[in-house]
Amino acid sequence: MPLLVKLLAQRIALGLLLLLLVSALIFWGTNILPGDVAQSILGQSATPEALANIREELGLNEPAISRYFDWLGGLVQGNLGTALTSGQDIASSLGSRLKNTLFLAFWAAVVAVPLAIFLGLLAVRYRERWPDKLISAVTLASISVPEFLIGYILMYFIGVKLGWAPTVSMIHDGMTLGQKLSSIALPVAVLTMVVLAHMMRMTRAAILNVMQSAYIETAELKGLSMFTIIWRHAFPNSIAPIVNVVMLNLAYLVVGVVVVEVVFTYPGMGQYLVDHVSKRDVPVVQACGLIFAAVYIGLNMVADIVSILANPRLRHPK
Amino acid sequence: MTRIPPAALFGLFFTGLYFFMAIFAPWIAPYTMTEVVGGVWEPWSADHWIGTDNIGRDLLSRMIYGGRTTIFIATAATILSFTMGSILGFTAAVIGGWIDQVLSRFVDLVMSIPTLIFALVVLSVMPVTLPILILVMGLLDSTRVYRLARAVAVDINVMDFVEAAKLRGEGRVWIIFREILPNALSPLVAEMGLRFIFAVLFVSTLSFLGLGVQPPNADWGGIVKENKDGIVYGIPAALVPAVAIATLAISVNLVADWVLNRTTSLKGGRG
Amino acid sequence: MSDNLVAVRDLKIGARVFPPGEKPHDIEIVHGVSFDLQKGKVLGLIGESGAGKSTIGLATMAYGRGGVEITGGEVWVNGREILNTSLRDLRKLRGTEVTYVSQSAAASFNPAKKIMDQVIEASVHAGKFSKKDAEARAVELFTKLGLPSPETIGDRYPHQVSGGQLQRCMTALALCPEPDLVVFDEPTTALDVTTQIDVLMAIKDAIRDTGVAALYITHDLAVVAQVSDEIMVLRMGDMVEHGTTDQIINAPVEDYTRDLVSVRSRVHEGKPPTDNPVLTIENVTARYKGTNFDVLHDVSMELHAGQTLAVVGESGSGKSTTARVMTGLLPAREGRIVFEDRTLSADLAGRSRDELREIQMIYQMADVAMNPRQTVGTIIGRPLEFYFGMRGAEKRKRIEELLDDIEMGSEFKDRYPAELSGGQKQRVCIARALAAKPKIIICDEVTSALDPLVAEDILRLLHNLQQRENVAYLFITHDLATVRAIADSIAVMYQGRVVRYGTKADVLSPPFDDYTDLLLSSVPEMRLGWLEEVVKHRKMESAGN
Repeated sequence: MPLLVKLLAQRIALGLLLLLLVSALIFWGTNILPGDVAQSILGQSATPEALANIREELGLNEPAISRYFDWLGGLVQGNLGTALTSGQDIASSLGSRLKNTLFLAFWAAVVAVPLAIFLGLLAVRYRERWPDKLISAVTLASISVPEFLIGYILMYFIGVKLGWAPTVSMIHDGMTLGQKLSSIALPVAVLTMVVLAHMMRMTRAAILNVMQSAYIETAELKGLSMFTIIWRHAFPNSIAPIVNVVMLNLAYLVVGVVVVEVVFTYPGMGQYLVDHVSKRDVPVVQACGLIFAAVYIGLNMVADIVSILANPRLRHPK
Repeated sequence: MTRIPPAALFGLFFTGLYFFMAIFAPWIAPYTMTEVVGGVWEPWSADHWIGTDNIGRDLLSRMIYGGRTTIFIATAATILSFTMGSILGFTAAVIGGWIDQVLSRFVDLVMSIPTLIFALVVLSVMPVTLPILILVMGLLDSTRVYRLARAVAVDINVMDFVEAAKLRGEGRVWIIFREILPNALSPLVAEMGLRFIFAVLFVSTLSFLGLGVQPPNADWGGIVKENKDGIVYGIPAALVPAVAIATLAISVNLVADWVLNRTTSLKGGRG
Repeated sequence: MSDNLVAVRDLKIGARVFPPGEKPHDIEIVHGVSFDLQKGKVLGLIGESGAGKSTIGLATMAYGRGGVEITGGEVWVNGREILNTSLRDLRKLRGTEVTYVSQSAAASFNPAKKIMDQVIEASVHAGKFSKKDAEARAVELFTKLGLPSPETIGDRYPHQVSGGQLQRCMTALALCPEPDLVVFDEPTTALDVTTQIDVLMAIKDAIRDTGVAALYITHDLAVVAQVSDEIMVLRMGDMVEHGTTDQIINAPVEDYTRDLVSVRSRVHEGKPPTDNPVLTIENVTARYKGTNFDVLHDVSMELHAGQTLAVVGESGSGKSTTARVMTGLLPAREGRIVFEDRTLSADLAGRSRDELREIQMIYQMADVAMNPRQTVGTIIGRPLEFYFGMRGAEKRKRIEELLDDIEMGSEFKDRYPAELSGGQKQRVCIARALAAKPKIIICDEVTSALDPLVAEDILRLLHNLQQRENVAYLFITHDLATVRAIADSIAVMYQGRVVRYGTKADVLSPPFDDYTDLLLSSVPEMRLGWLEEVVKHRKMESAGN
């Protein structure tokens, strides 16, 4: 197994390296771009004294490299800095919001993943017939509408006209799980719709790809039943591509969360990020950006690791 | 002449219509962008075909001008991302070596951050103006175009006919423009359609979040933001841009699909 | 029909085609073919691509690949008609009564499962053997097929054994359930000749020992002559001729069969080398970028005007790499390439336009050697423009002359490559090479992707053009029949070295070195009993050692 272990170690190391570089890129993006952070926070009409003060406060007078390493050092110890606008510790304000965001994303995944795989299989089963064509049409429609519009359409018809679900998704610790779930019903529905089409289409492609292999023909010519063929021959070879599809779409979902939280004024990290971008609160933006990127990189890494683990050539080297 | 399939015709018609309205907005729109001409959220009427908005401006006029902004930004960003992405992608594929390595690794890095998050990070320190928006969107999106252009060009670059051209002694310009480009065109054109749609959705999302086009100017995303409070009172004004964005995106998609099919069948022969 | 194992009557097979720019429509690809097969007999189905031979083979399992559908006729197996049988009953037939061996075992084995599990799957699934008995039988078959460590090879995964071994495993898979009929679909085509002979012998022995009947499908008449009792020749979905193997090989009736039999017998009288070689490769050593081992070791050879040097070897022998070094695509690490009296730059970039013009290349796959977006006229015209600055009427006239030279008319000028047949494409590539008026043309497996009759025409054309233009060919091939048909001198390559070099007469006459002997004796000959002779000869030799 040494080859396998080596590849996994390489992939994890690559993920960590990527994360480090991304932190540098985010820092660079908020510090070294043309324009002075202090100036953009205070606007063109700011007095020189105010500018000097804020520069001092942000430590802008130190060289960028040393500020970056200070920031990075803090990150490693779980210190995300303080928000400029409120003066609060970012880590403690983020904690509960991160939890809320993960709660929302988790339930969206629980609904979307099995549904997408099931519908993907259905599309393969009825390939080129109406269920497949319907799925293609829905995919086309859903990639053509931004998340926030799906949100408002559902809010308008289901929340307002039918009154089946609350239009604002407030949750707090005092609620039971049932109350929480009913509160996030609409955002979960939106997120599901956002990733479902993609995931369905990619699952369909992944399974079709396997089903067109010569070894599936061999299995057919062995006189095996369709079920046996799918279970014994197609399934073991489809795990890696399907996990890949799921991970890519979960990564996509993490981004979708940002917009959906704003639509339903949900107290999660996405809304927190957007609020502070408008307020030009750089330390908060950096921290949120890095956390979102870390989740995204992490999911992509899991997808690659599953591919490596599922590859028989790597599991059983010559 | 081959007959144009109905789906493509539908796509061409709506794409054409939206671009026409965008170009001739001042002549078509019944009112100006900013004048208040009625009450708040008036319903549809002869004067205001699709009603008025949250402070009583004519919604149709705002939609027409808003479409102009949306389409302008999306087109400009697409052109930028396309020129940058495909030139760099082709160059990396044909030259290879360290230039390819540096570019590709940098693109990998940028793509490991979700586009929206990266855009938000950058926009938190930049003044939000149209040129900055176009630049940020175009540059971020050019990474996607780069990947596709490079992948397509690498595939073509190892084909025997390109090797034959190299053996003949042809220069890089001939190889890129005469051997590779004609064969890379159909995937790239289809991608251009997708990139344009992505740009439309992206600028709409940014404006909706309040980080795109700034008031009193507005694009379709901005119009949603202005009118979103009406939703809870059962006023669907915010859904009007939804229809516009969706029909534009679907139309462009249908046209791109058609172009892709038409050019790939060309490749198969002109029999 | 009860005494026949298989009876096929007026079999018609259709397929749905998707021509670009047109609506999909159905065409007929097999037009009423009939044959019988008795228990324990082997019938060879032979024909060029598009003859419908694989399709007919699969029809004995009532199976249509892709969009292929059986549209008419009857297929009887073991006394029952199978075309109008339920899928349920077909499943009982497939994999136990009739089994299949495909051309590419590497693709036909599931990469995620052990070989043994796949070999015994059909027998166990159908309840024919218990798992234990099936495994015992598989080991017995592995032994019979000459696989190394037959007891344990089943525990390996498909990617852990070689291509030739996997092909034998596939034969074991087909024989394991004690079928009545095995369909072999080009089982040795993807293998090197020296491997092919082992697999062929293993298959032949296994057929004899188990008493199974077989349909043996191939495009290679010499191969099928070794294993079958009867041969049926097919062309474009029609039967041309059907007879005993002896009759088809020694007394063919139809013209088409006669052409197929004689196709590989063309012999070219070799000329002795001249005093001044036009190009010399001296002690060239080369390796690929980023690797740390040489793929060519100390390779030397000479090309003479108006003559052909054939470079022969199996895959991985370094023959194509030699061509890449010659053209400068892969710069040599050591050694020189001398053109007439000057040393050429090792790297393509360091050669002048005129030096590039003198060495032209023709590729194996003509369809990817031409830009699909350029017309034939543009493709042939570009070298004229690029090297000689020809324009307008002058260029047009020369293009027409060249099209004439390759025996195609000027009306092809405005066609695109996709509109040409395989042979026509290769002709256009020849014209493109000729347009540069080179002294040397490198032909890299130029006939291997073509059907034998088309290949023969291309060889004849190349030969005629050589007589007229006095051009030297470097002819890379793995096929010794092609070598006999065109070479003046031969270089035999093995593992990156030239193991034998000289005039054709010298290289092809004994005494041989071990590798050349193995290579030459492995090439199937179009006569009955050849396979047994070779195997017997080899056994005696190894006993003698």
